[in-house]
Amino acid sequence: MKFTCLSKGGGFHFPPCHMLNVCGFRVLFDCPLDLSALTIFSPVPADSCTIGDEESSNFAVHEPVVDMEAGVRKKQKVEKPLDANSLIYSEPWYKTVNNLHLWNASFIDVVLISSPMGMLGLPYITRIKDFSAKIYVTDAAARVGQLMMEDLVSMHMEHRQFYGTEESSVPQWMKSEELDLLPSALKKVALGKDGAELGGWMPLYSAAHVKDCMMKVQRLRYAEEACYNGTLVIKACSSGLEIGSIFDSGHAMDFDYHALQGSDLILYSDFSTLLTSEDNEQSTFSDDNNNWEELAKSLCNNDESSEEREKLSFICSCAIDSVKSGGSVLIPIDRLGVSLLLLEQISMFLKSSDLKVPIYVISSVAEELLAYTNIIPEWLCKQRQEKLFSGESLFAHVELIKEKKIHVFPAVHSPKLFLRLGPAVHLLRRWSGDPNSLLVLEDEADADIALLPFKPMSMKVLQCSFLSGIKLQKVQPLLKTLQPKLVLFPEDLRNHVRFSNINSFSVSHYFENETLHIPSLKGSPELKITTDLASQLNWRNLEQRKLNITRLKGELLIEQGKHRLLSRNEQASSSQNRPFLHWGSPHPEDLLAVLSKMGINGHVERGMRDAESDEACIVHVQDPNKALIEVRATGTVISAADENLASRIFEAVVDVLEGI
Amino acid sequence: MAIECLVLGAGQEIGKSCVVVTINGKRIMFDCGMHMGYQDRRRYPDFSLISKTRDFDNALDCIIITHFHLDHVGALPYFTEVCGYRGPIYMTYPTKALAPLMLEDYRKVMVDQRGEEEQFTSAHIAECMKKVIAVDLKQSVQVDKDLQIRAYYAGHVLGAAMFYAKVGDSAMVYTGDYNMTPDRHLGAAQIDRLQLDLLITESTYAGTIRDSKYAREREFLKAVHKCVAGGGKVLIPTFALGRAQELCILLDDYWERMKLKVPIYFSAGLTIQANMYYKMLISWTSQKVKETYATHNAFDFKNVRNFDRSLIDAPSPCVLFATPGMISGGFSLEVFKRWAPDEMNLVTLPGYCVAGTIGHKLMSGKPTKIDLDKDTQIDVRCQIHQLSFSPHTDAKGIMDLVKFLSPKHVILVHGEKPKMATLKQRIQSELGIQCYDPANKDSVCVPSTHFVKAGASNAFIRSCLNPNFKFSKSSLEDKSDSGSQGMKSMPWLQISDDRVGEGILVLEKNKKTKVVHQDELLHMLGEQKHEIQFAYCCPVHIEKLEQTETTDLIPTNDKLSASDKSSVIKKLLVKLSSELSEANIHDFGEHIQLESFHVSICLKDNCPYRITDSLQSKSEAAFFCCSWSEADEKLARRIISIMENCNLT
Ligand SMILES: [Zn+2]
Ligand SMILES: [Zn+2]
Repeated sequence: MKFTCLSKGGGFHFPPCHMLNVCGFRVLFDCPLDLSALTIFSPVPADSCTIGDEESSNFAVHEPVVDMEAGVRKKQKVEKPLDANSLIYSEPWYKTVNNLHLWNASFIDVVLISSPMGMLGLPYITRIKDFSAKIYVTDAAARVGQLMMEDLVSMHMEHRQFYGTEESSVPQWMKSEELDLLPSALKKVALGKDGAELGGWMPLYSAAHVKDCMMKVQRLRYAEEACYNGTLVIKACSSGLEIGSIFDSGHAMDFDYHALQGSDLILYSDFSTLLTSEDNEQSTFSDDNNNWEELAKSLCNNDESSEEREKLSFICSCAIDSVKSGGSVLIPIDRLGVSLLLLEQISMFLKSSDLKVPIYVISSVAEELLAYTNIIPEWLCKQRQEKLFSGESLFAHVELIKEKKIHVFPAVHSPKLFLRLGPAVHLLRRWSGDPNSLLVLEDEADADIALLPFKPMSMKVLQCSFLSGIKLQKVQPLLKTLQPKLVLFPEDLRNHVRFSNINSFSVSHYFENETLHIPSLKGSPELKITTDLASQLNWRNLEQRKLNITRLKGELLIEQGKHRLLSRNEQASSSQNRPFLHWGSPHPEDLLAVLSKMGINGHVERGMRDAESDEACIVHVQDPNKALIEVRATGTVISAADENLASRIFEAVVDVLEGI
Repeated sequence: MAIECLVLGAGQEIGKSCVVVTINGKRIMFDCGMHMGYQDRRRYPDFSLISKTRDFDNALDCIIITHFHLDHVGALPYFTEVCGYRGPIYMTYPTKALAPLMLEDYRKVMVDQRGEEEQFTSAHIAECMKKVIAVDLKQSVQVDKDLQIRAYYAGHVLGAAMFYAKVGDSAMVYTGDYNMTPDRHLGAAQIDRLQLDLLITESTYAGTIRDSKYAREREFLKAVHKCVAGGGKVLIPTFALGRAQELCILLDDYWERMKLKVPIYFSAGLTIQANMYYKMLISWTSQKVKETYATHNAFDFKNVRNFDRSLIDAPSPCVLFATPGMISGGFSLEVFKRWAPDEMNLVTLPGYCVAGTIGHKLMSGKPTKIDLDKDTQIDVRCQIHQLSFSPHTDAKGIMDLVKFLSPKHVILVHGEKPKMATLKQRIQSELGIQCYDPANKDSVCVPSTHFVKAGASNAFIRSCLNPNFKFSKSSLEDKSDSGSQGMKSMPWLQISDDRVGEGILVLEKNKKTKVVHQDELLHMLGEQKHEIQFAYCCPVHIEKLEQTETTDLIPTNDKLSASDKSSVIKKLLVKLSSELSEANIHDFGEHIQLESFHVSICLKDNCPYRITDSLQSKSEAAFFCCSWSEADEKLARRIISIMENCNLT
């Protein structure tokens, strides 16, 4: 097995990306886009888009407005001589996982997608001509991921309209002289830490690419097992609470392998993909977040969820304050799960404060997304599932929309994308000067850059970080539950988690873009042979070697990495009982003896026949017909014009040889 | 070991489905239903047969419920709350959501309206459902270390599933009720090709082959329309869930198209609430219905409203859905009593009614009077329309499924005795699969597949992984004749999994039995392979071959230039290609290859393989040296005879 971390990713929006070579198959884990890199581009200038203005005027009515999304509390600190003019004025490109381009996409056998965020880069590889890998995605991730990609494409169109079509294949800003002029903060985003990531930038794929990509995707249900080529067993399970219930029972699955990945404080994931390969060699990849799981977790896990709940309540109370003082609240939709919770909670807060403030959800896919969340009880946490069993809607937004408390706008352009694309940009421009208004923002490393175009801002900014993976202190208990044989752990977290020596697993640390060779844990594979097949076997005893051998033929069935040989009803009677494989060196005298018993007579001629061959002796047959047998140590040649004679001689030769 | 199958219910009958299967030491109860036709203790399966001491927790490893129909889940609260079973219970999400509605509805009919002593309370139902573990389709659930179960889509009603169970090397499927053709709101059953020792299948329509469903739906709509157009009332007795939604989609759609304004009522708030469940569970419906979720959820019925008791005697026409389905009591009976005497009205009946119910009486003949009890007699003058579409598979569907799964044994349950016997015969004679149709309380024992273990070398496994082309052909046949739509798309994945394994099993004293590739065997033995080949130097007539030269018959080296050689070979190639059109002939310039048969021009003056006695007579001949291995002996002789008898010009 070989493991390469192509990208460590960066938080919720940019899940890590790994390549694993197992049992001869190349498996890619996730194919994300680094959307945070979008911040180096300038949003569409304020006066440019009249459509946008018309639309946003809908929300600029004087009543306060709450808009949707997620986010912290520290006030924006101003920095650097970086200003809005440093941003790149151009149609945005998108930053893919640079290291992935170093691999030949046509050699990938399997792609496993762990979350909607993990599939945003997928159309880039599915459109490659020779790409033929099987892509596994969970049902829910596929649907949400598709909606996100469609949304991205439609938001991008807005920019496109403004900037027009790109002048050349390489945009101006990517030229080295332009890059040199960029402020260092932006340059770091554009080129990466080592300055080598420029190659990862790509223009956005089209709606057709997304459609084509979705056609190639194999959807998995909750905990469904898929089998690739009979050997790799792939099982998708959500974590949250489920992870215990699925793995706990200590059944046949033992995990060899467990890769964890994350950023400094928060690590891991709620969505794990379990991978089984040949011979019970199984691997778990705890890769990334799935909204549902995120949600499940934040709702179900006591300590963590109460913390998360507090954050939500804090956001809500800030929002209420803002609205009370006549301001508006803008919440860019980052995470579906968090957004849904905020929708529920803010409406509850509004209700209890007796405020009649409309909530708008603006997105080209909002309607479908909200409807979809109400029909997937299988992917939600236990508490939400209880709602199904008691006949309530899974999420409150269903009723809120019915009561006209939440308004869904199918805007042509939609939610936020790092404050660069979509309607959030327009709304932010409009409200940034209002000290009563509030922007709720996910805590991003590059929040400074993100807010650059909107400065100076008198609008309040609430930054909030939500759990986007496993907490470090949860790693050990998780591993204890999973009982893997091998754990891969990011090198930069080496000092954060200390593994005791008494662990049943071995730990390897990995660096980005460095291939790790992992010892294969499999022993020799085991084959199960049906008893009815076993009973039909014709054993051959090789006495002097104390061996019994028999030819075995059946239908091989590989199921979940287990091999079974079943009897094949049709073939049993065929004439294949004759040996195929021979060894030994026949003595010409023995051969003559056998032949004469069969009524075939001849004589032996010894000696070298031609120079290049090893010593051969020739048996000349005269009776009943002319034939010649050329006997060497490694082979025998039978030459006879008479077909019948030839086959009888063959039998005689077989008789003096050993064979099976 | 064997698989033991104890039939507690639905043995040669329909009702109280319950089969207890012991498979490699694990004991699973499939379904826990009640019988609508009985009011006494016969309504429940005889649970005492599972454990004399009534220690059900130790006697059973789990219960699996296939769907929410009462004949499959009706006895569950009784078994868990009254009999005290506390082990795990599995069902799909929709079944877990909807079964309590069915149970509560039934409990009400039983207690409130029939005045019976209650077998279980509402609290019992709630407690019972708390013990249920909901599963998704295809989710592999590990019940314990050894027992794995998995649900597959069964059509029939929302959330209905077939269940696969596997313990060690033994595996089986219990179908529950299923439908092999899609209906208004559900898709057709879908299952993977599995390696099964046993298939337990329903056989409700064991003797029926059904024609198009749409004609029968039209008949139903026409009957309803005619009745309301004539000012009559339509009573549609159904259970709260399943058929009610299917018919409702049908009617709602028809009402829209025909712009009808006649109200459609649901008798209890219950069914309207059920639609709420259906909306959330829309991903379990058919593809067509599923796609509607974002715009207009198909279970948001536009023309349906709640019924008020006072409307029973209102003069205006209407359509009313009322429970229970077979008019065995409750509200549907109450309405039936009032509406049956009027010939303007219409009562529809489900395709199947249990003996003892009013529905059953109405189905048998055309009674004008029905005795409800000693004192009550109902005049029946209304129209009766029996629904002839059913959410069950027909005989063809059963045969298709059995053929598709090709289990080692089949057990038929959930059917009528004579028809089951016929189907059993067909399965045995047409498919060659052992089939049983046990009665209640019977036990059937079938052997399970056993395996012996052997180590396998990697080379052996690798050699088996080569695709087997023969197989892909047979899978195409499977595809074309498995008639049901649900299965057509399935065998593809399986193709790569089924391969011919060929190797050598080696049994050495004091060592583990091992399977190796044949090349490895020689290595193990320290021996070299001894190749046995056939050879023959074959004379071929060549007309225009340098006749002016010597009379020498052997075309020697200097007589045949390289270009001559290749042209002669080319000629032979043309000849062979025309004679052996189906063969795969490879042209290598200097020689021709056909399987292991190898032929090239012989340049030796005195080739040892020039055996033939008759060669002296062939004056104008070229010699071709041929060699081949034993496997192609037949082919080789055929080629040689072509060569000897031909004339290359
Ligand atoms: Zn049923
Ligand atoms: Zn049934």
